[in-house]
Amino acid sequence: MRILKLKRQNLFPFLQAISNGAELWGPIKKDNQTIFNFVPTEEIAKLNLNFTRTLLPPKKLFVPPSFIMFQVTNKGYQEDYSWIKERVLFGLHPCDLHGLLNLDRIFAQNFPDSYYVQARQKTLLLGLSCWPDDYCLCQSTHTDIIEEGFDLFFTDLEDYYLVWIGSSKGDDLIRLKPEFFEEGLNEKDIESYIKWRERRAQAFKTKINFVFMPDLMELKYNSPLWEKAGAACLACGSCSMVCPTCNCYNVRDEISLGNKPGRRVREWDSCTLLEYSLVAGGENFREKKSSRLKLWYTHKLQAFGSKFGKPSCVGCGRCLVTCPVGINVKSISDSLEGQKVDAFWVRFSEEVRP
Amino acid sequence: MKVENKSNQTNPFLPEPARIVRAYHLTQDVKFFQVRLVDMEKALSFRYRPGQFAMISVLGAGEAPFSISSTPSRPGLLEFCIRKVGTVTNALFRLKENSLIGLRGPYGNGFPIEAMEGKDVLIVVGGLGAAPLRSVLLYCLDNRDQFRRVIVLYGSKRPAEMIFREEYFDLKKRSDLECHLAVDADDTGTWTENIGVVTTLFPKVKEVDPANTYALVCGPPVMYKFVIKELIKLNIPKHQILMTLERRMKCGVGKCGHCAIDYIYTCLDGPVFTYWDVLHMRELI
Repeated sequence: MRILKLKRQNLFPFLQAISNGAELWGPIKKDNQTIFNFVPTEEIAKLNLNFTRTLLPPKKLFVPPSFIMFQVTNKGYQEDYSWIKERVLFGLHPCDLHGLLNLDRIFAQNFPDSYYVQARQKTLLLGLSCWPDDYCLCQSTHTDIIEEGFDLFFTDLEDYYLVWIGSSKGDDLIRLKPEFFEEGLNEKDIESYIKWRERRAQAFKTKINFVFMPDLMELKYNSPLWEKAGAACLACGSCSMVCPTCNCYNVRDEISLGNKPGRRVREWDSCTLLEYSLVAGGENFREKKSSRLKLWYTHKLQAFGSKFGKPSCVGCGRCLVTCPVGINVKSISDSLEGQKVDAFWVRFSEEVRP
Repeated sequence: MKVENKSNQTNPFLPEPARIVRAYHLTQDVKFFQVRLVDMEKALSFRYRPGQFAMISVLGAGEAPFSISSTPSRPGLLEFCIRKVGTVTNALFRLKENSLIGLRGPYGNGFPIEAMEGKDVLIVVGGLGAAPLRSVLLYCLDNRDQFRRVIVLYGSKRPAEMIFREEYFDLKKRSDLECHLAVDADDTGTWTENIGVVTTLFPKVKEVDPANTYALVCGPPVMYKFVIKELIKLNIPKHQILMTLERRMKCGVGKCGHCAIDYIYTCLDGPVFTYWDVLHMRELI
């Protein structure tokens, strides 16, 4: 892979040059959160480079929370791709890039989803290195480093960035402002990169025993912990909204009054919601919250569809900061391991509702 | 293959226009639909296996999965037995012959017909389970010399709820087929066959060669436990006991997630599963 150097002060001018030709999206502060948002050229300076995780993962640009698949007229179903735009998305941390690679395995293979594939193909991905906080689990899930799946990746070494060129299109971006980039790393650069990786590796404070989880999920299938977590779960679906690898969706037809076309709409769904496995006639294959939670964690910690391989958790920590009752990959993994866990759902089962 | 290198894709969710060529009631709440893709080429080249399903769209009402009741050995028309239970089926019941619907598929694995060739086929049906199993039954009859014994056990709640009742009474007259029927209760006073649940028909099946028998089961969820017990008693190997399952589906192609069972997808890995899968996966039935 080609690796270049970019002086720190040249990052924004470089992104500005990109934003003149394409719709640039990147991390922006909103209230107390950071979100991926459209960044107009004159607002490049608003980009927040020091965020840990955005509220929603980047999947929202490739599978929007709700979008129109088809316009429905009396002539039938007409495909609607009008929401898909040419974009450059800056600020993807390794966990989020791994999350997209996970979604690729579901959406881009075996009956490829034409909406997802088009959105992916029209969006350039610019990664950015990060520093872990108390909730980052990506070291445990082996997704703290990314080697593929990006067009450019910026590793922040304080005075300058190492810029990894991951694709031909990424290389085209460099050629917008070749004068900003230096070829050839010297020994000192390499040493400071290695030091940075070592320091970062030691900065992780939170761990889970990820490699044991497939076995423990199988062995503890009937463990009371599922009933305990199920009793406290609010079945709100927030965990799925913020998870970079939750791919489930619902489809429904909307009709319009008057002579306007109807729509077939696709929107995010979550296996934690009651109606998730409900079929016509009233049979609900996952009526219990415990059964629905178990499915969620099967996907994250055990396996990811027989056709798609490994467990899907990328350790971004979003469920840790989002779940109102503390059900998350950390507290569930620790419980599966037999550790004493201090989370609301555990106290709920032991103190609030024994 | 990397996403950026994928060539332009066709839309796997786009329903193909299809015409209802015939529709009539089988029972009070079950209707039989004969459907043909409007594009003649596509209608004739629509290849599927018994046990596969299709996604049917009713304009403005939505889309749902339905098992195909016709056999690929009679190409051109697709047949469905559909119970009126939800939004899509209610809209479908209102459609008259010559109405257009959307159809895409076929999806799912279907029955392992090649493995069943030269073997005995025991079909156990409960209620509307006759919809998917009709496909494999007709396939066996159309290719009768490729299979050894063909045995059908069919139980329904009441005589009026037995779909294709006349077809099955005709089958009883055939000498190359064993067909046994039962109803839970006879409210007509004219029922000449067994009264009782479908498992009461098992004593009628004599001299089973278990190692060379494939058992195919479909019915309401409560039925499986009892039927499987009987099949195990007959020593039919677990991997030769096949069942076809129902789940919520919004895509049919392994994307929407709703049909997930443990870490498999009913739409891709099923809807036909073996009893071994059931023991292995725990959440199947």
